[in-house]
Amino acid sequence: MTTASVSLGASVSSQSRVMQLALVALLGIFVVGFVGFSHIDAVHNAAHDYRHSMAFPCH
Amino acid sequence: MNLFRNVVFIAAIAGLVAGVVLACMQAYATVPLILKAEVYEQAGGGHHHAAPAATDTNAMSTAAPAGNAMSSAAPAPAEAAAPAVEDEGWAPADGFERFAFSVVANIVTGIGFALILVAVSEFAGGIGNWRQGVFWGLAGFAVFTLAPGLGLPPELPAMPAADLTQRQIWWWATVAATAAGIGLIAFRKSLPLVILAVLLIIAPHIVGAPQPDSFETPIPEGLHHQFVVAVTVTNLVFWLVLGAIVGVVRGRFTGTATSLRDSFA
Repeated sequence: MTTASVSLGASVSSQSRVMQLALVALLGIFVVGFVGFSHIDAVHNAAHDYRHSMAFPCH
Repeated sequence: MNLFRNVVFIAAIAGLVAGVVLACMQAYATVPLILKAEVYEQAGGGHHHAAPAATDTNAMSTAAPAGNAMSSAAPAPAEAAAPAVEDEGWAPADGFERFAFSVVANIVTGIGFALILVAVSEFAGGIGNWRQGVFWGLAGFAVFTLAPGLGLPPELPAMPAADLTQRQIWWWATVAATAAGIGLIAFRKSLPLVILAVLLIIAPHIVGAPQPDSFETPIPEGLHHQFVVAVTVTNLVFWLVLGAIVGVVRGRFTGTATSLRDSFA
């Protein structure tokens, strides 16, 4: 852990580090979820070919 | 929020590059097959999203008439929970506009996948160089493409499928279980935990993905097979590129290529 926290986020406490990384992961899941899994028609249609090409559940 | 900013920055660069690469591969490998499938779909009576054959029926007899009814009318009333005000809502025009939106979707979700990859790998010490990134990419491919693809193979338009929400739940559950399993195998050395990992990985497939009532489709088997191969291969390259670039960018970013050797084995 020490190696990484020194290299990417200097002097970040372990707890804050976990929080921040968890936040990043959640953000990523939200982004993928919105573009690839949204039930909103317009979003679905815009990303239609992408969804199929990623084998996301579609239609 | 120094760490947060750095991680997002690395993910943005890696996701952008990998997303563009993926969009280019899709333009040649998968999109032409989707367009071909849409020809069969049009011949079979139009394009119907948000209309999984019958909400909760398990009898083929009910599913079949529902499918026919949908080809002439708006989505079934049972599906009205989804905002199906217009038949299908706005859609990008075919040609450049459609392609442009696909590129945007690729880049945005490329960054999304990169955020997940970088965040998770930082917990394990970070991706130190491109070679470690390739391994992380392989793991991402296994988690996000291989495992869900076993139960829910890539589908072309006009292919039958079970209820959308149920498939999406199964998809995410499979991703989570496979990720946990691979994590246990990679970072834990005890045999019971590895056995638990294997159980986690196979559990979603024992439960089984939601399947359609009928597999009847106008799409030729050969076309579908070609599509499955194209999707799998393009995703493999995407994940390898994504992982490798995260390794390179992170190495540049930190100035020193920090090693992952403690976290692996």
